[in-house]
Parts: sequence; structure tokens; C-alpha cells
Amino acid sequence: MSTVTVPTTTDHGHAPVKKTGSLSTFISTYVFSKDHKVIGLQFLFSTLLWFLIGGLLALAVRWQVAWPWSDVPVVGKLFAQEGGQMAPEFYTMLFTMHATVMIFLVIIPILAGAFGNFLIPLMIGADDMAFPTLNMLSYWFMWPAFIAFGASFFVEGGAAAGGWTSYPPLSTNVASAPGSGWGQTLWLIGLTFVGVSSMLGSVNYMTTIILMRAPGMTMFRLPMTIWAMFITAVLQAFALPVLTAAGFMQLADRMFATGFFSPEGNIVNNAVPGPGGGQPLLWQHLFWFYSHPAVYIMILPAMGMVSDILTCFARKPLFGYRPMVYSIAGIAGLGFIVWGHHMFMSGMNPALGITFMVSTMMIALPSAVKTFNWLGTVWGGKIQFTTAMLFALSFVSMFIIGGLSGIFMAATPVDIFIHDTYFIVAHFHYVLFAGTAMGVWAAIYFWYPKMFGRTMNEFWGKVHFFLTFLFLNGTFFTMHILGAVGFPRRLADAYHYQTFHHLQPMNAFMTYCAIGMVATQIIFAINFFWSMFFGPVADRNPWNANGLEWTAPSPPGHGNFDFQPVVYRGPYEYSVPGVDDKDHLMQTDPPNAAAAAAAAASH
Amino acid sequence: MKRLAGMFWALLFLAVPVLGVATFAVAPSINVWLPKDVSAHGHEIDSLFYFILALTGVVFVATEVLLFWFMWKYDASVREGEKATYIHGSHTLEVVWTIIPAATLLFLAIYQMNAWANVKMRRPDMPPTVEVVARQFEWRLRYPGNDGLLGTPDDLHLVNDLTLPVDEEVLVQLKSMDVLHSFFLPNLRIKQDAVPGMKIPVWFKGTETGSWDIVCAELCGWGHYKMKGRITFVTRPEFDAWLERKTAEQNSTQPVAEVTGEIVAN
Repeated sequence: MSTVTVPTTTDHGHAPVKKTGSLSTFISTYVFSKDHKVIGLQFLFSTLLWFLIGGLLALAVRWQVAWPWSDVPVVGKLFAQEGGQMAPEFYTMLFTMHATVMIFLVIIPILAGAFGNFLIPLMIGADDMAFPTLNMLSYWFMWPAFIAFGASFFVEGGAAAGGWTSYPPLSTNVASAPGSGWGQTLWLIGLTFVGVSSMLGSVNYMTTIILMRAPGMTMFRLPMTIWAMFITAVLQAFALPVLTAAGFMQLADRMFATGFFSPEGNIVNNAVPGPGGGQPLLWQHLFWFYSHPAVYIMILPAMGMVSDILTCFARKPLFGYRPMVYSIAGIAGLGFIVWGHHMFMSGMNPALGITFMVSTMMIALPSAVKTFNWLGTVWGGKIQFTTAMLFALSFVSMFIIGGLSGIFMAATPVDIFIHDTYFIVAHFHYVLFAGTAMGVWAAIYFWYPKMFGRTMNEFWGKVHFFLTFLFLNGTFFTMHILGAVGFPRRLADAYHYQTFHHLQPMNAFMTYCAIGMVATQIIFAINFFWSMFFGPVADRNPWNANGLEWTAPSPPGHGNFDFQPVVYRGPYEYSVPGVDDKDHLMQTDPPNAAAAAAAAASH
Repeated sequence: MKRLAGMFWALLFLAVPVLGVATFAVAPSINVWLPKDVSAHGHEIDSLFYFILALTGVVFVATEVLLFWFMWKYDASVREGEKATYIHGSHTLEVVWTIIPAATLLFLAIYQMNAWANVKMRRPDMPPTVEVVARQFEWRLRYPGNDGLLGTPDDLHLVNDLTLPVDEEVLVQLKSMDVLHSFFLPNLRIKQDAVPGMKIPVWFKGTETGSWDIVCAELCGWGHYKMKGRITFVTRPEFDAWLERKTAEQNSTQPVAEVTGEIVAN
């Protein structure tokens, strides 16, 4: 791949900002902006807001699990049909929408949309994305999804209640559940728009990373963040069409009386059966063909960002750069042939279960290689315990748990017992919350100075980290042993079973921890907004990091760089021997060490 | 001060393996652990669970303690004047930590296969002992009656109370009438989704008389949580007598016109 780039001075599809201060300028700068940084921040603010909503939904779920049928405090009167308690169908809606919001409106868009957008051009030395208009549309196509998902709470029957996996016939048959009416239709429409947004983004990211790297930025000088974003974009582009098609098929089953996913004569709740002729398992195959790769879409960018943060605060080159790149590629490749491990108990031919078990076991390998290389990176370092570093280290620590617990489910005989229990709930929360969300916080604390030109408060950042770390383990670690009892997920009340009747105190403990975890985020929110206006002003490179983004002003102006960055080396040249005046060489520092020192002095 | 902070953070990370192991060590003694196994095949699954637990436990403790140790030892505040080690990786190490996990994982996969085949693939050659038809939000049961055939007028129909002979291989024919359900017997280490349009065989052997939970483990609608059944194992003579009594009860109250039978026969 050549490293020729588009000159930064050319017009890239949008007029320069006029400093007139009129309303239309405001709208074109901050609302319908084509600037990747503004779009990235729009994604960030939107997804953080949905993160709050998803978190409150989780609290409501936890309330019911800990104290079933007891009056819900504060908000109980808003939705209660009988006094202040929640109805079981309301509970099914809560966990469906918690997962939907967290996956489709928080994790995927915050990684690819917020950080992908903000970081890709800055880290490869481009002035913007390859297609700024597409980029703008990728954000604005989220809004129909926001509206569809948001509005679905207020339609008759409530929002979708068939689980975020939306398995038919529960989801296709309107009579099967209250949420399978308009709520489910809006859910499918919302999902389609999220897909359109992701697709626009991923096409853009691939093109930008391939074509618009600064001179000297070869593929193997790219930071891990960019590698991860690139491979994530490829994953999305290949997997997403399947989900979109399957979504349309489900929509057709619901609205045009087709029968892709329902067998003949399938009577639900005494309603008139549809035409039938289909198979419920077909949906599961199509859904997981996307949604398993999507699991990696939800973790790979965080892995990339954590790699960059670990090296910076360990002041040490990344251990095994190429194995790290190959293992991301390996995860992505294998990610396409493991979807069946979600379906071991589904009635799929059990012989296929063996095939999927082997491929699933093997996908643990690249994850293990990554973990060992992170440990290798920290080993022999000179660790600065900043808030970003603590979150990044906790990503590694927590990902180990999430990775290892996955092996239990991959082993098909063990999965017979723990499938659909709290063991799996523990597993994916360790990967997605204790992993990805902690990685996202690391990234927010790390790149905040670049986003807003100010630094977040470190003391309160550490308080935020400490409490989140404590409460998240209190909430999620205990789920493992609940799963060992076989405690099933998605039950509004499991205590009337002899097997589970004694588990209420443990669930109450977890709910207290969950409340603490959500309350802790108030500290984060205050720090986030306060620092935007009153935090210490940051210079270009507050962490003495090496990436190209740290050569641009903080925050970067329109077009990003005030000079053409030229890349001379990889992004992880920390503690280079022979360079005595500083402990790192930026990607743009000229190769000659003396010249590097001179350049540093003149800054 | 900086050193103290570094020690504090390192110790916080050490708490992860310490409390993690402690949680799993305490769990069985507070009865938050695998429920009693009353099946012939369950011990095989449980021992695989323990095997994976031991294996992942070792890796968990080793990696987490290593992470703690690096945080403790390579804290910048104890390395004043030093530089971090300038190293980009090690080919030997990469090979070692690729080959060993790869071999372990592959072994683990192969090691599981026999148990899986026993529970899900080596179907006993026998007619169904009972048909279980899942429905929002109950388990409908149908026993073949005296002719040993399902779908004949002498079938015995019951709901939620599954009674089976102990110490005998039984074959359940699992169906669903409406949406997905999952036939979960925690004490027998059995789980199988019921899928509309499919007849799925499930087999097991109870090893103890008594009564245990049947749980629905696949979301099936608002009443999912209360789709509860009981599975009861009795001795063969007791079972035969029970079957006869129930059949007599059915015949005396409901001649042939079966409301449920028509739907179930789909």
C-alpha cells in the first residue's frame, strides 16, 4: 500500500467556516457539521445520554430481580398498573430495552461513531474523513433510530419485549406478547437505521484509513486504535447486510403476512395462525451471523485504545506490535465462524455444535495473545497511575475474567447447564461493561484534552475509577456463582422455584452495588462538564504521547493540523535509548536524534 | 506519597484474584453452587465444569497476580532516574504463548466431545416415554398409554407434573405449540430449547426418587417467569400404578372429546 495522501490543503467537500456568528453558521458548524471532530463529539454526547438511560433501565431490572413485586421507588407511580409495582411484561420490556439501548445506541456508536470519528483522521494525519457528507449522514441517521426506540416506550403495549435477540415467533407474532405490537415494529425500524448509520461510517473509515494516511504513515506504523477501527469497519461492512436483510424479513413476517420465521399452523395465544412455512431457527442463524461479529465490533476498538493508553503511561513500546495486529485480524476472521455457539441449545443439529465448539475455543487464542502482550507492555515499564491508565489497566484485568468465563460456555456439555443463566450475564458484562465501558472511560480521560483543550480533574477521576471498579465487581462477579446454581436470566421472579428460592439476599447485594455504580457516574458527569469550562488548559501533548493527534492544537481547528505531519516511525517509541532530553520520540520527530532535540526545544 | 498511591492501586488490583478465588471458595458452603445432581450423566458435565474451573482459575490467578506485581514493581515513583525497558517484543515468547494456549484449547474442545455426544447425539433406540409440549406458560404432557403409541385415543394428558420412572433411560419428545421455550432441568443438567415446528428428542436417566424443578430458560413472553413444572421420579411399580390411576381418572371425567388433544396433536 502506498503512503501517498491527499494534500491537506485541498477543498474536502465543505466550505470553510465563516466567522459571522449567524444562526446558519452555528447550524453548519455544530449541528449539520461535516467536520469529523464535531460529528465525533455529537456521537459522544448522544451516546453518553443513552448510556444514562440504559443504566437507569438496568437499575429498574435489578430492582425487580432483587425485590420482586415490591413498589418501585421514585418512578414507580409513572408506569405502575397495580400500585407501585411493575408488571411482568414491563419487566421483559425493561431488560429488552436495556440491552438494545446499551448495544445499539451506546457501545457500537460510542466506539465507532464517537472515537472512530474523532480519532481516525487525527491519528493518521488527515484533515478530515474521505467522505464528510456521508459522515454527517452517519450521525443523522442515528436520529430516526433514537426516535424509533424512544417513541416505542409510549406506544400501546410498550416497547419491544422479546429480548434484544428478538427471537421469533415471540417477536413476529403480534399476539404473543404486549411488546410484540408496535413496540417491536419500531424496534426493527430503529435497528435498520442504526445499521444504515454504521454502514455509512464503516465505508468511510475504511476509505479514509486506506487512502488518507500522512506521508510516511505505513500500515505497520498505524497506532493500534486505528488498526482496531479499521478491522472493525471491515467486520461491520461484511456482517451488517445480513442483519439488515433479516430485519426486513422479520418486518415482512409482521406486516405483510409472510412466514420466513414461523412454521405452519403455529398458534400463539389463540390467535389466527400466519401462513407459516418458515423456521424460527433461520432468524437465529441470520441474527447471530451479524451479532457475533458485533460482539467484536463492541470490543476491538476498546482493545486498540487501551493498547495506546497502556504504552503511553508505561512509557514503553507496545510489546509485540505485529502479533497484536495479527490477533485482531484473527479475532475478526474467526469471528465469522463462531456464531453457532449462541445456539448450542437451540435445536440446531448437535453435530454442528461440535464444529462451533472447536472454532469458539480457538477464538480464545488471539484474545489470550493480546492479554499476554498487554502484560508484556506493562512489564519493565515506568508506570504513571493516571486515571486513564487505571481504567486501561482495569480493562486488562477485567477482560481476563470475561475471556476466561467464555470458555465455560464454549464447552458445549458445560453450556447445557449454564446456558441462559446468570453465568452468561456475568460473562458478557465483564466483556462489555468491565471491558469496553472501562476502556471507553480510559479513552475519554486520555483524549479529553484533545477534544476540549482542557484536562479532566485527576483526583475526582480516580474517585470515579475506584468506586466504579469496586461496584462493578460487586455487581457482576457474584453473577458467576448465581449462574453456577443455574439461576436463569430474564425471569421476573425466580424465587418461587425450590432451586432458587434462597438467592434473594445475594441479588439484593448486587442491586445495592448496581445502585452505587450508577450513582458514581454523577461524579463523572460533573467532572466531564465542569472540566470543559474550568479544567486546566492543556497544551498540544499533555501526556507526552507519540501519536499524530498530539501534534495538532488542542482542540484542533478545522482541517486539524497547522502543518503537514510527516511520519518517521511507529507510534510506540517510548524510552528510546540515546535520546536523553525526553523519554519518547513522536511519530513526527525527525529521525536524527539531535534534530529531534532541537525540534523539541523550539516547540 | 506517590509511592503510597502506586501501592494502593496495585493492591486494589491484587484484590481481584484474592476476592475472586474467595468468592468461588465460599460459594459452595453458602449453598450458592451447582444444585444437587440426580442424573446418570450429570457428574460428567460437573466434572468438566470443575476441570475448566481449575484450568481457568490457574490462568486467572497467574495473570492477575502478574499484573499486580508489574504495577507494584514498575511504578514510576520507584524508578526515578531510570528509563523503562526499551523492548518491542520477543519472538520466542510469542511462539510460546501462542502454542501452549492453542494446544490447551484444542485439547479442551476435544475433551468435551464425548460428553456432548452422550447427552445430545447418541439417542437411545426407544419410543418416546412422554411428549412434552411447551406452551405459553405451561408444560403439557402426553403419555402414550397402553398401546405405547403417541397420538392414539388412549393417550394420557397432564399439565406441568412430569412423573417418570427412576433408574431408567427415558426419552422425552419435546415440542412447542407457540413460541420458543427451553426445557431446563437444573438437577438433571438438561437443557433443550423447544422450537415450534420441530420434534426434538431429549433423554436422561434419573438416579434418585424425589421431585425437582422444571424451569423455562428461553424467554417466552410476559409469563416466562412462572412457566414452572415439577419432575418427579418414582420407582417402576409406583410409576405403573400412577399411570393406571391417572388414565382411569382421565377416562372417568373426559370420555373422548378432548379439547386439548386436538391442539396438541399438531
